[in-house]
Amino acid sequence: MEAQLNELKTQALDKIAAASNVKELNAVRVAYLGKKGPITDLLKGMGKLPAEERPKMGALVNVVREEVTARLEERMAILEEQAINEKLQSETIDITLPGRPVKSGNAHPLTRVIEEIEDLFISMGYEIEEGPEVEKDYYNFEALNLPKGHPARDMQDSFYISEDILLRTHTSPVQARTMEAKGGEPIKIICPGKVYRRDNDDATHSHQFTQIEGLVIGEDIRMSDLKGTLSVFAKKMFGEDREIRLRPSFFPFTEPSVEMDISCFKCGGEGCNVCKKTGWIEILGAGMVHPNVLEMAGYDSKRLTGFAFGMGPERIAMLKYGIEDIRHFYTNDVRFLSQFQRTEV
Amino acid sequence: MLVSIKWLKDYVNTQELPPAELGEKITRAGIEVDAVIDRSEGLSNIVVGHVESCVKHPEADKLNICQVNVGEETTQIICGAPNIAAGQNVIVARPGARLPGGMKIKKAKLRGEESNGMICSLQELGIEGKLVPKAYAEGIYVLPENAEVGSDVITNFDLDDTVLELGLTPNRADAMSMLGVAYEVGAILEEEVKLPEITYKEAEDKASSMLTLNIDSPEANPLYVAKVVRNIEVKESPMWLQQRLMAAGVRPHNNVVDVTNYILMEYGQPLHAFDYDLLETGNITVRHAKTDELITTLDGNERKLSLNNLVITNGEKPVALAGVMGGANSEVSKNTTTIVIESAYFESGSIRQTSKEHNLRSDASSRYEKGVDPNRVIPAAERAAQLLSELAGGEVLAGSVIFDQLQREEKIVNVSPDFINSRLGMKIRLDDMLDILNRLQFKTEAMNNQLMISVPTRRQDIQIEEDIVEEIARLYGYDEIPSTLPETATSPGGLSPYQQKRRIVRNYMEGAGLLQATTYSLTSEKSATQFAMKHTELTRLLMPMSEERSTLRQSLLPHLLESVSYNTARRIDSVALYETGSVFLKGQDELLNEEEHLAIAVTGLWLDNSWQGEKKAVDFFVVKGIVEGLAAKLDVELEFERGELDGLHPGRTAFITLDGRRIGVIGQLHPNEQKARDLKTTIVMELSLAELFKEQTEALVYTQVPRYPSITRDVALVLSKIVEAGTIEKLIRSAGGKLLKDVRVFDLYEGDNLEAGKKSVAFSLTYFDPEKTLTDEEVTAVHEKVVAALIESGAELRS
Ligand SMILES: [Zn+2]
Repeated sequence: MEAQLNELKTQALDKIAAASNVKELNAVRVAYLGKKGPITDLLKGMGKLPAEERPKMGALVNVVREEVTARLEERMAILEEQAINEKLQSETIDITLPGRPVKSGNAHPLTRVIEEIEDLFISMGYEIEEGPEVEKDYYNFEALNLPKGHPARDMQDSFYISEDILLRTHTSPVQARTMEAKGGEPIKIICPGKVYRRDNDDATHSHQFTQIEGLVIGEDIRMSDLKGTLSVFAKKMFGEDREIRLRPSFFPFTEPSVEMDISCFKCGGEGCNVCKKTGWIEILGAGMVHPNVLEMAGYDSKRLTGFAFGMGPERIAMLKYGIEDIRHFYTNDVRFLSQFQRTEV
Repeated sequence: MLVSIKWLKDYVNTQELPPAELGEKITRAGIEVDAVIDRSEGLSNIVVGHVESCVKHPEADKLNICQVNVGEETTQIICGAPNIAAGQNVIVARPGARLPGGMKIKKAKLRGEESNGMICSLQELGIEGKLVPKAYAEGIYVLPENAEVGSDVITNFDLDDTVLELGLTPNRADAMSMLGVAYEVGAILEEEVKLPEITYKEAEDKASSMLTLNIDSPEANPLYVAKVVRNIEVKESPMWLQQRLMAAGVRPHNNVVDVTNYILMEYGQPLHAFDYDLLETGNITVRHAKTDELITTLDGNERKLSLNNLVITNGEKPVALAGVMGGANSEVSKNTTTIVIESAYFESGSIRQTSKEHNLRSDASSRYEKGVDPNRVIPAAERAAQLLSELAGGEVLAGSVIFDQLQREEKIVNVSPDFINSRLGMKIRLDDMLDILNRLQFKTEAMNNQLMISVPTRRQDIQIEEDIVEEIARLYGYDEIPSTLPETATSPGGLSPYQQKRRIVRNYMEGAGLLQATTYSLTSEKSATQFAMKHTELTRLLMPMSEERSTLRQSLLPHLLESVSYNTARRIDSVALYETGSVFLKGQDELLNEEEHLAIAVTGLWLDNSWQGEKKAVDFFVVKGIVEGLAAKLDVELEFERGELDGLHPGRTAFITLDGRRIGVIGQLHPNEQKARDLKTTIVMELSLAELFKEQTEALVYTQVPRYPSITRDVALVLSKIVEAGTIEKLIRSAGGKLLKDVRVFDLYEGDNLEAGKKSVAFSLTYFDPEKTLTDEEVTAVHEKVVAALIESGAELRS
């Protein structure tokens, strides 16, 4: 019987070794260790043995069964891993195929520039004010020290709807309206919006464009405050290394009036095609609010002073992104618009 | 304003600064120098030649063979100019010479004849054709008889000059003259200004013996000076004068006209010369025109006048449109021997009106419009008399005929140094301020911490204290201003709720996959109201530039669709755009009701992942889903009701309503509209953000996450095709009561297995009780009630 047992063991171990997959190995398990298998049979047949041999044989059978079981499990682990590996192998994908696209749009480049400027000034305590695009002559011109017949009205030929109503030529009327509404109180605002002028559309002109104006009114507002504020703006918008310079200029609603240049962000001031070899780029117009403008809105110009500035998001976007034709902003070519998807942080 | 530096040096020492450096200093002080133009750029080896002989080229009709004395030698040059002739002094570019544009002159053979250089026109020296005197416009330029043969043309005729092009702002009318620029440069460089010395010999006869003057409109013409010059010879001006005019951008004509233009440029004071004999009456009367009175101006146009127009007359008929342009009937010509020189002060508003009315702008009117210096009117007349006696051999009659009621005192501005410093945020010393005012030649008295400043009449832009602040600051240097930040009480700043919602919409739209577009507000009358939900009266511009941009839009969609077409025409088949912007509706007020709208236009594929078999074309429900998502984001309940709108597919259009108000529309473009716009299936949506943002969103308070499971039951129905799923959903909701938490359509079938006119819609119903776990029996009881209600309504259960 012992010999029979050893024979069985050898057979079982051979079959275990020969099993090439989980299924075959399971068949071996059933065949040798199952309820109807030879080892169980042997245990059942032990009753026929003399009583004194039973413990020895019982122990022997158990040793064989344990060994077979152990080898089987060992083999099982190997075969299972092999099976998994085969499965994984067969499931390999071409990871270079494109991913499922996530649909995502983006803001118009002008919105992008305007919101960046809005956020910068909001962080400095400004509020955003807006006003109508179809405006009264009074707010667009007269309240800004541009009475009827003023020569500077030539500078901005306008679209009139009636003698007194026109498409606003700048966002400054929002300043006039806000001043009137605030009734002599201090002001700190930014006014973005669309404006219109009688220009033929070409690479550098557009009959419709956008503007952002800023206005600060308070006690003892000085020209140095204007310079400091614009300097912060220039550094945040165009880089920490930017320097600004002010040049005298003329706007009817400010006195003194200035134009602000920034040191060229492309060449750093050495001269290149962006700055037309001057090292400086003209960015915006500004000045101290003209006393007539303050008085007309009911402010005591002896007590309160202010500064104002105005800039063109188109120009800023064209400089920042190197856009050569202003018409791109209004054509809505998807190949243009979708370039403003990515961040610049 | 074009400023010749050579000319400028007559009045002020420019310290021999390189032109670019001078330009930069002027720019930094306040007048922008737009360009620095070197008149001799690219010119070399150009000399005066004398044409000894000139014969026709035997082989070419239009060419002449000239023997030209160029000083060192007499050489042969072939010339094709029609006005070449023997005996002329001409401009010769010698072999090796350079001309503008990089042209280099070489010895050449023309039709077998040697040519050693080129005889030049002024255009070939880089002078604009419109500035070349008419006599030489089509040919070579002829130099004066006394020109020194062989001498250098560039230096002898002042082409070795640089011109500064000033971009003048409207306030700096004072710099529309060489003298004005000289004062500015003098202030910048701390140099004195040297005025022209005016001396000439007067005849014994008085001007008043030949001319009488009447001013009928002293308010429009408070000062009029006339001088009479006789025995003049009208001819070409000397080279220096012609060159200065050309450098200033003025075309030389004859000595009389040139002198008036020269003084216009020098003093900024417009002058006019009349032919005395053509005046006929020996009288000048200034008055307003009569209605429909006629004048033919020097440009050859006959103009019908109005009561607003100030005219110069001979007592009977108009001889000039005052301050704007002379009349043809009294024009100076070759035959003129006696002239009347007019120097006058016309009120700016009157000139502006006339100039605008006749759409006629001249160098004179543009200066009068901005206001001339009242103290230069008389000196300019004297200067003209001087130059005419020098250059036209004229005999100036004694005195002037003059009418003078013009106030011309200097304006006094009082300002304290503290005021100046507090406005600037600086600490400029009083001495520095006085120095700057002195450089500007503003007479100043300082006392009791107050400056009393007399502003010269040439600077009419200086009126108030702030103007003085600017003068001080610009000459002190804006670079010296420190950088500070406003010391006002700081408020938090931020966006209004409306502005925040606008940004939420923008972020949502972009997250949904739409690109933001921006289109024009002005459109054609035809498309102004297309797709508009509320038609109001059109708002047209008074003077549109084109019909395409004549009317304010009442819907964003026409232009947004144009943008879609623009892209599809460039083979970008899938386009998804959105725009936010105002539409302009007539309101109660004289201003318009500007309503901010949101519009969407999509075409082509919405989802394109074809290698995985996922492809979805845009349809109504894509856009409806976006709107529903937006409503959820903004916490508003939008409803969709079937509707029709011109241009949209009648079976695929819905109005979007909020609290029963129509605030928008969504639909597929009508096939005809698609065809007209060359588009495939396109879905559009437009709604009023103003309406959408009206209600304040409620504070967000969280609802407890369910503690008990929900149970789902499905029901599939066969319905008549005309029954809308929304109707059934409402029915289910009302029958389901409070345990019914959600209803969703999960299947729609309209295939062959159904009776004609029928469709099958399957709903998934979710039951839930926040208080406990529902039992099967409880759910069944409610669900059976729902099914019963459905059957009662005529729906069949699908087996
Ligand atoms: Zn540069």
